[in-house]
Amino acid sequence: MFGEVVAVAGVDLEILQGEFFSLLGPSGCGKTTCLRMIAGFEEPTAGRILLLGQDVSRLPAYERDVNTVFQDYALFPHMTVAANVEYGLKVKRIRVQERRRRVREALRMMRLERLERRKPGELSGGQRQRVALARALVNQPRVLLLDEPLGALDLKLRQQMQIELKSIQERMGMTFIYVTHDQEEALTMSDRLAVLNQGRVEQVGSPAEVYERPATSFVAGFVGASNVLAGDAARAVTGQAAAFTVRPEKIRLARLEEITGADEWTATGTVREVVYVGAFTRYIVDLDGGGELVVLQQNLAMSSMQVLKTRGTAIRLIWNKEHNRLLAEPAEPKGTEEEVDR
Amino acid sequence: MLLYRLPGLRLLLILSPPLLWMLVIYLGALAFLFLTAFWRQDPLTAAIVQDWGLQNFRALLAEGVYRQIAIRTVGIALAVTLTDVVLAFPIAYYAARIASPRVRTFLLLSMVLPLWSSYLVRVYAWRTILSGDGLLNWSLHQLHLGTTNLGFSKWSLWIVFCYLWLPYVLLPMYAAVERIPDSLIEASTDLGARWGTTLSRVILPIVWPGIVAGSIFAFSLTLGDYIAPDLVGDTEFIGNVIYQSVGVANNVPFAAAYAIVPALIMAAYLLIARQMKAFEAL
Repeated sequence: MFGEVVAVAGVDLEILQGEFFSLLGPSGCGKTTCLRMIAGFEEPTAGRILLLGQDVSRLPAYERDVNTVFQDYALFPHMTVAANVEYGLKVKRIRVQERRRRVREALRMMRLERLERRKPGELSGGQRQRVALARALVNQPRVLLLDEPLGALDLKLRQQMQIELKSIQERMGMTFIYVTHDQEEALTMSDRLAVLNQGRVEQVGSPAEVYERPATSFVAGFVGASNVLAGDAARAVTGQAAAFTVRPEKIRLARLEEITGADEWTATGTVREVVYVGAFTRYIVDLDGGGELVVLQQNLAMSSMQVLKTRGTAIRLIWNKEHNRLLAEPAEPKGTEEEVDR
Repeated sequence: MLLYRLPGLRLLLILSPPLLWMLVIYLGALAFLFLTAFWRQDPLTAAIVQDWGLQNFRALLAEGVYRQIAIRTVGIALAVTLTDVVLAFPIAYYAARIASPRVRTFLLLSMVLPLWSSYLVRVYAWRTILSGDGLLNWSLHQLHLGTTNLGFSKWSLWIVFCYLWLPYVLLPMYAAVERIPDSLIEASTDLGARWGTTLSRVILPIVWPGIVAGSIFAFSLTLGDYIAPDLVGDTEFIGNVIYQSVGVANNVPFAAAYAIVPALIMAAYLLIARQMKAFEAL
């Protein structure tokens, strides 16, 4: 796909059996290439892929005990829903009775019984998604690979499918490897996740670990909002130049004159931007010591009118010292913003 | 303003010229041909008499030679169609899915290029290749392989027709193969299918309408041709008989009756194609 360009390098991952594992990263970070190499569509130039201890790196895709749910679903347009689901079993010459039974079971599990005679062209996006899942699950693969499978669905359906996917995975005890660029999706569903950037693994860990203790400024910026202070801006707060990050929802807005405790960091600044999001408000605060911090506050007792009035006012930010997370390398707070938006 | 408010009127204005053309010139001529088939030629004066009757069709059925010619025409047309489909599929597949963009452009261009030269030029080119002292025999002789007698036979006709109509079969097939998303083929492999299974269960069924579309071109163009049989063949086609009936014998009613035969064959071909669900993707 990428010819001679190195798409991924030094990706060393161990995925446990029965785990929901996500590969999270911006587009072009190599997460899909990783998935395609596991599936067998692409051959790694170096390195190995082990499946239950067996080296499958040189095994063709049709001999690997993994199945893929494609981003565009890749349903066979000339076959009915039932024929699509049956395809893998038919190709593997499973006996007719067992085939029928398993197809029926898969259709029932994905609530597709009544659609089995339809062609993919007659289905909605969510229904197609379920057919694609049924078609892969019916083969009971060792590992199910999912390539941004919810990307084409609208928000409501996506959230619904997230829960459904997770519950299927838990019920079947199957290993899922899930590729996404949506941090929320990765955090909600995964047992563990790897954050990838430019073909390298930035951090591997549980959602809470990755979110609350990002190892690098890239992770801090990509998973959640980019609240990184470095150099002079950091020194103004902590007295040290080492870059740190703090999650926006851990910061409290306070009056300028409020006194802080010994276990708290504080900084003063001016509210530059107020984004009212209904349940909460996002404040962007220019710090007096340099840099900016994003603060999320629940709208506990504030109306949108009151919230918007805070724009331009001087304010004090306070957060607990334990929420400060020092970063491993020099921070580049601006560079990551673009990728957050995606 | 009026046209804006009355979409029906607008549609009528837009569609009436082509519709008139279709009705009067095309369907009208066909209908007239059909009617003419029931007239007859006076054997003495060679004038056309508007006497309604089935005498032309009776003559067609009575004379074995006409049946033979029709069967031969259809047989060669089928052979050409089949050969072109078999030849075109790997080329179309290679051009659409495997070749690099530059090779693809080159291949596409060489598919279309023959269509830009005159039909007669191409047939004559083959004539010089296949004739007794032509390029083919000369080359064989140079290689000490003896000579063949390909020139002006059913075989030469078959070769020339296959060459002539290959682009018409290639292009729709290319378009059909190109439309298949990569992920479909990957999905089939992913589900455990080897290449052969993917080809027969996924690729061919999806490309099928394109294959049929191309085959309709090859079949109908061969069926109606009368120049190539004249120039590189040794047999007559339905078209040659019709041509002679009109041009030489001035027996238009008989020509019209015989012309209905390929029209019916074509109708049957299209019906079979429809039965095989070739038009469902249209």
